[in-house]
Amino acid sequence: MDVEEKIKISVRNLDFFYAGGHQALFGNCLEIPANRITAVIGPSGCGKSTHLRVYNRIFELYRGQSATGEVRIDGENILAPEVDVLELRRKVGMIFQKPTPFPMSVFDNVAYPMRLHFKLSKSEIADRVENALRGASLWEEVKDKLKKSGLALSGGQQQRLCIARAIAAEPEILLMDEPTSAVDPVATLKIEDLVLQLRERFTVVIVTHNMQQASRISDYTAFFYKGEIIEFDKTEKIFTNPSCKKTEEYITGRFG
Amino acid sequence: MREQLEKEISRLKRMVSSLAAAVETAVRQAVAAAAEPNSEMAAAVIARDDAIDRTEITIEEECLKILALHQPVAGDLRYIITILKVNNELERIGDLAVNIARHTLDSAEHTRREPAEVIDFSEQMQLVRQMLKRALDALVSRNCLDANEVMRMDAEVDAINKQVIERAMALIAKHPEDVAYYVDAMFISRHLERIGDCTTNICEDVIYLELGRIVRHSRLDAGTDLELSDSAGE
Amino acid sequence: MTAIAPEKRRGLFRRKLVDRTVGLLSILALSIAVAGMVWILWVVLARGASVISLSFFTEPSKPYGAPDGGIANALLGTIEITVGAILIGVPPALLGGIYLAEFGKGTKLGNAIRFSANVMMGMPSVVVGLFIYAILVIPMHGPSGFAGSAALAVLMFPVVLRTTEDMLLMVPDALRESALALGCSRARTAVRIICRSARSGLVTGIMLAIARVAGETAPLLFTAMWSDAWPKHYFSEPTANLPVLVTEYATNSPFEEQHAAGWGAALVVTLLVLLLNISTRIIFKERHNGR
Repeated sequence: MDVEEKIKISVRNLDFFYAGGHQALFGNCLEIPANRITAVIGPSGCGKSTHLRVYNRIFELYRGQSATGEVRIDGENILAPEVDVLELRRKVGMIFQKPTPFPMSVFDNVAYPMRLHFKLSKSEIADRVENALRGASLWEEVKDKLKKSGLALSGGQQQRLCIARAIAAEPEILLMDEPTSAVDPVATLKIEDLVLQLRERFTVVIVTHNMQQASRISDYTAFFYKGEIIEFDKTEKIFTNPSCKKTEEYITGRFG
Repeated sequence: MREQLEKEISRLKRMVSSLAAAVETAVRQAVAAAAEPNSEMAAAVIARDDAIDRTEITIEEECLKILALHQPVAGDLRYIITILKVNNELERIGDLAVNIARHTLDSAEHTRREPAEVIDFSEQMQLVRQMLKRALDALVSRNCLDANEVMRMDAEVDAINKQVIERAMALIAKHPEDVAYYVDAMFISRHLERIGDCTTNICEDVIYLELGRIVRHSRLDAGTDLELSDSAGE
Repeated sequence: MTAIAPEKRRGLFRRKLVDRTVGLLSILALSIAVAGMVWILWVVLARGASVISLSFFTEPSKPYGAPDGGIANALLGTIEITVGAILIGVPPALLGGIYLAEFGKGTKLGNAIRFSANVMMGMPSVVVGLFIYAILVIPMHGPSGFAGSAALAVLMFPVVLRTTEDMLLMVPDALRESALALGCSRARTAVRIICRSARSGLVTGIMLAIARVAGETAPLLFTAMWSDAWPKHYFSEPTANLPVLVTEYATNSPFEEQHAAGWGAALVVTLLVLLLNISTRIIFKERHNGR
């Protein structure tokens, strides 16, 4: 990594256990640079989604899952028990594989996190909703449909709505768990363009099983295998001349 | 998808092997024809260059096809790029062999007599042929140490070329009636030296293929770690 | 592999025959079930239709023998008792269902609650009636509409609890995670987002439970009992209601008019329940498809 890169997330010795003691992550160490897109690739079941879900402690929804080690965001260890998890989740937004608009209008969907976390006047909310939708490249398509249910949009639009909703909370980090795998190819490219724009304002970590996507849009790539981080480097290096044999085998399609 | 790619890369390898064999033969025969001299052999070299050119075009098209359809990455990508470049170099070597053959034919036309003092190319020719063979072996075996060796040999060829040219110029002064012969000799030496350069380029490409480093215009220093590591080094 | 020889192919005729036979048998079974229902409706309609008139719905019932009795008081009483039952039974059931689906998955308490609800659903309604009799009617020194509501609430509670839990569990986890990932607390997510998403399912469950208990007679026999007066004192006096009226008139009374009135009341109750069921399914089917 370039020396000048500011580090946003610093992971040290992260272990993760599922209910029943099964270990899924082994001593992960990683440094995610700020305002860059970091892709996480690896074969199915290698732990990439599991790793991502530690950053906003969303695994705590499920009884029996636990993480040990250090995950520092801007220097603060977010795995410590005294951390305000709700504030953490505002700062660290997450987009899921399947688009999940709330059962309310487009406007209310985007306004929801604003009303949840901030005290704003009606006009402020309306302005910020428009900003968020513009930021998600969705404003032009929905500006006449703001009162329509979020569920009435197409798949690609729903996913962009979820992105608008996530950025409406004014996060610093955006986590994306295979955001385009449930979406058609044209919408996929739109979303990829969007992610490239988002890089200016946020730190993006994107899990993808589509290697071409990783090579197209990311600045850095981390390769996971069986719960361990095998290699982490600039994307151009990983895809022209990876240091590790396993990485080479995976990206040239010899397994996985 | 992987299997299909492997099949196509195998096909490519076979085509490159046959091209390399044809080019080696051309150089060997051009050099032998120049040494004797043998006009028939030289003419044959020139005639067979067409086939070499056609093969070069076919290989380039195959490479483009693989790049477009399979979007290879990492080692596979470097391999295709290397083949593209080596393909080019081999064709150039073929052309240089043709040039040598042409000078042999010209020489046979112009000079009706034995020159007073003959210039001996045998050392040069031997070196160049060795270089070419070893470079092509290194390409197949992906052996960087050998590739490095060949690049070292190029310095010798350059030195010999310089000597030959100086000697020829001296001999022109001494035996001006043989000037045509000596001029042809200088050209042949120059062509041999350029074959050496092309061979060196092939070796640079082999090193790029193996290590992913572009070492143009320089050589690998001794003691460089040439092995791929098995674990991440951060 | 060589192609499979033609003589090894199963005959088309035989397959079609089996297909048609099974189809016919299913239609037959369906017809029997539907025929049964139609027959019941027909009998009730035939016997009760003659009594239906405006005065039937506006006049209260008269004591034995008096002419021109109607069912107005019983209708009102049924409405009061049912509304009361909803108010008593539905909120705890909803909250319980939310707890089971959102917080209690896999916990000992959650499993215990679910098991108890299943057992409760199997309890005979007459037992529930007796239970309320013992704990409400006796201490209150008398029957009341309130006791009737309580009995019906006990019957409704496990049904609404389970349907609420089932509907909420059908909401995909991804939605929960989305809401949590925005910084929503568990409780807020459960109530504002998940319930809203399962809204139509929840309401359907409640309305079907209402339809089920609206016609229950046994529990009301011991709790609200019967009266010819208007249902004015909900908490202290026995309250007139349709199911018990049907019992009293159609079977216990020696008067011909009251028999007919009983059938009329039965018709009204049947139609009410039918209406509730059908409209619930229509309204919420549309909602689902048109979103």
